[in-house]
Amino acid sequence: MNARTEVLSRIRRALADVPEGERPEDVPVPRAYARGGTAAAGSPQVVELLTTRLADYGASVHLVSEGAAPTVIAQTLSARGAACAVVPQGFPPAWLAALDPHRVLDDRPRVPVRELDRVDSVVTTAAVAIAETGTLVLDGGPGQGRRALTLVPDHHVCVLRAEQVVARVPEALARLDPVRPLTFVSGPSATSDIELDRVEGVHGPRTLHVLIVV
Amino acid sequence: MRIALFVTCLTDTLYPETGRAVVKLLERLGCAVEFPAGQTCCGQMHFNTGYRRECVPLVRRFAETFAGYDAVVTPSGSCAAMVREYHERVAEAAGDARLAAAVRATPAVYELSEFLVDVLGVTDVGAYFPHRVTFHPTCHSQRMLGVGDRPLRLLRAVRGIDLVELPAADQCCGFGGTFALKNHDTSVAMGADKARHVLATGAEVLCAGDNSCLMHIGGLLSRLRTGVRTLHLAEILAAAEEDRAPAAAEEDRAPAATEEDQAPAAPSRSRPVPHSGKSPQSPRTAERSTP
Amino acid sequence: MNGPTFLGTPAFPSAARTALADTRLRHNLAHATTTIRRKREEAVAEVDDWEALREAGRAVKERTLRHLDRYLLQLEERVTAAGGRVHWARDGQEAARIVVDLVQATGEREVVKVKSMTTQEIGLNEALADAGITAYETDLAELVVQLGQDRPSHILVPAIHRNRAEIREIFLRAMGEHGRAAPADLSDDPQELAEAARRHLREKFLRAKVGVSGANFLVAETGTAVVVESEGNGRMCLTLPETLISVVGIEKVVPTWQDLEIFLQLLPRSSTGERMNPYTSSWTGTTADDGPGAFHLVLLDGGRTDTLADPVGRQALNCIRCSACLNVCPVYERVGGHAYGSVYPGPIGAVLTPQLRGTAAESDRSLPYASTLCGACYEVCPVKINIPEVLVHLRARVVDEGRTRKVPSPERLAMAAARSVLAGPSRLAAAQRAAAAAGRLLGRDGRISRLPGPASAWTEARDVPVPARESFRAWWRRTHR
Repeated sequence: MNARTEVLSRIRRALADVPEGERPEDVPVPRAYARGGTAAAGSPQVVELLTTRLADYGASVHLVSEGAAPTVIAQTLSARGAACAVVPQGFPPAWLAALDPHRVLDDRPRVPVRELDRVDSVVTTAAVAIAETGTLVLDGGPGQGRRALTLVPDHHVCVLRAEQVVARVPEALARLDPVRPLTFVSGPSATSDIELDRVEGVHGPRTLHVLIVV
Repeated sequence: MRIALFVTCLTDTLYPETGRAVVKLLERLGCAVEFPAGQTCCGQMHFNTGYRRECVPLVRRFAETFAGYDAVVTPSGSCAAMVREYHERVAEAAGDARLAAAVRATPAVYELSEFLVDVLGVTDVGAYFPHRVTFHPTCHSQRMLGVGDRPLRLLRAVRGIDLVELPAADQCCGFGGTFALKNHDTSVAMGADKARHVLATGAEVLCAGDNSCLMHIGGLLSRLRTGVRTLHLAEILAAAEEDRAPAAAEEDRAPAATEEDQAPAAPSRSRPVPHSGKSPQSPRTAERSTP
Repeated sequence: MNGPTFLGTPAFPSAARTALADTRLRHNLAHATTTIRRKREEAVAEVDDWEALREAGRAVKERTLRHLDRYLLQLEERVTAAGGRVHWARDGQEAARIVVDLVQATGEREVVKVKSMTTQEIGLNEALADAGITAYETDLAELVVQLGQDRPSHILVPAIHRNRAEIREIFLRAMGEHGRAAPADLSDDPQELAEAARRHLREKFLRAKVGVSGANFLVAETGTAVVVESEGNGRMCLTLPETLISVVGIEKVVPTWQDLEIFLQLLPRSSTGERMNPYTSSWTGTTADDGPGAFHLVLLDGGRTDTLADPVGRQALNCIRCSACLNVCPVYERVGGHAYGSVYPGPIGAVLTPQLRGTAAESDRSLPYASTLCGACYEVCPVKINIPEVLVHLRARVVDEGRTRKVPSPERLAMAAARSVLAGPSRLAAAQRAAAAAGRLLGRDGRISRLPGPASAWTEARDVPVPARESFRAWWRRTHR
């Protein structure tokens, strides 16, 4: 018997107490927890909550108008002293208008990982954000790029629109396609491994700037 | 209403004064209580140590002894939890349908504070106890029975008491039944921390609703000659101002025990230790603190 | 790097005695568990539907376990359809061999690893080392354990027994032997220690061709794997290498993507006491132009089907490895993780280890007794594993197995004697009179300071009251008739 067959038959033997005709849905799963948000996606309340929650993690958050977005993005990078920022395909060109094109690195062709390690910043969009937990979710869609882009550089600038902000985790998962590779980002990288005290900044980007376009 | 006292084997043997206090307290509250003589033990020690087979006859004896009463009251959260949570399961696991049915027919079992607050509806039981006291909420009372703040509500209503909050009160004392023997090093380490917290309160008396936990913590306090004694909740609630007249309470006492007895107002089990700075009749009793 | 293993571990009580005497360990543990307990409490208190989430989490796990074969087959089909390969392993040895073969097939001699309890459980690093392959642990605490040639002592923070000063010493001593050395002027500031780990590991991440991970969840419906982490080392290992091998216990499957909405709320708050952990990665098979081109999922039994076969013990498989039960356990807090002799320490370890490994070894038989049954673990468990119930259940299993021995243990004799005394009121009364008489001989000033025989374990540090001259039942008979 191969391992697959044997493990499956062990499982069936182990479940001898489960009645023959029982179906998974016969085992009740009460979903009495909150599935919807207290406030609508994109409402000022959820945007404000996201802002405070991200700030708790040590991320910087700014609310900007559509018109001011290009300038604020440029300012964020220059304040950081970033000589070069990688920008994934599909990032709204209008938002790059205030950047010096020589300082913008396109990920086409793919930037090799060692080169990425020398890039100062990465600027992306996001798929959805969760206010209650202070979480941004990237799904590799337009403007978000492959996962390595938001991982190797030490500075991540994430620009999202207010309507992408939902209140709770269940609403966010419902908006996401699990077949795409997803990255949930809640603040800069951190560790609690030394005496269970939280320290921000280990392997992922140590600085996270979030711009919410309202 | 016919009320039976389940005194528990430990209290029966080592702490009879707790049982006497329950009787005195309930009678003072106008409640006749009976002591069915056939009772022995709830079987918790056997059950929790893995000796289920040996537990079955104890479960049977319990069901038979208390059949026909309206309620059972016991001065132990742990034993009450054993009966309520596990007796039926022991019977079922033994494959004894008649026993399971008998267990289901057992009257409701109440831990003392539950009985006083929920059944009798009292929190002020007319007690007088002018001593500094701290209270340890035992794990099974809290996490299995969910007695919540009932014991504290009862204690706060005691006249003269100086009730002080125990730091890290929700932490287990380390008794754990046979754990205290099988893992005695860890048990003592836990008990030492509990004792440290008790001492930090400056209390003269450590009170709890379970004599088993008190035997463990009290054993440490006594060995270290800390001058802190342990008392079951029932004994504080049973103490009354009239007991302070030297002649009172004598008739309750076993003749042979009198030579070792304390002043009646301060019923004691671990004897006050000589180096204790405080007199058992400490005058610092007027003020009352609310934890 | 081949760290010491748990082989030859003494039974819990004696391992605990050694640990209790380690004052630095006691101090480190008390500090760390107190910190994390407070954080968890705050994180949980702000969730208004916490109890509903717990119940839903428990129920999803129950549904999954009762139909595990079906969900595993669905998972296998979806992972395969998405470009991954699924391997099955009956035990740890088989799982380790599969991984070694897969790594060897790539021609690589080193792998980077995400912290994974399952790979610890199967002794993967040792198996890889035997095959000449170096495994680099990349989680900070795991790195501390590996560099210190130590053993993990906690599910979430394997180096919880180390304080910042010890971590600094380990980094200074050992980092240079395995790559980029720590700066000579390294202080014990956690920020600096984290920076040293970042620099030490960055080179390894950038050159790694093979990553090895576990997974927190596998979604049957979609074939999606999920890793929950904090530092970004997980993302590095899951994203940068060309080949990814994930070793996952068969109990980690959940039916649907929607079910994750429960666990992604329960896990971080229970585990690190955060609203959400910094990074969660999910992937389904392979994706063109993003991440590893080859994905292997190794599904491990390793005693899980034995656990599943016990309808009471089965609930231990609900575990999502948050470690909240360790952090609140008064026993764990004092003795630490090593005393449990398993990669799964604390209350969950005490119910999981004897089920995964069986109860043949004395050390494993002693684990169900490593608890006072105080119930703090059950109270915090995000998937409502009734750990005290399973502990008592396993104690009965240990006792029943012992009944086949011809010569009964002293404990069995004592329990039989107690049962006989408690069989009726007259025997109990006789025993009480005997105890009172003996107590008067042993006692002084109302207390006994030295008991004979096995009971001496009590009086080593505790007095015991002299049994009353008049038991309660004797008093009742005298006064109420």
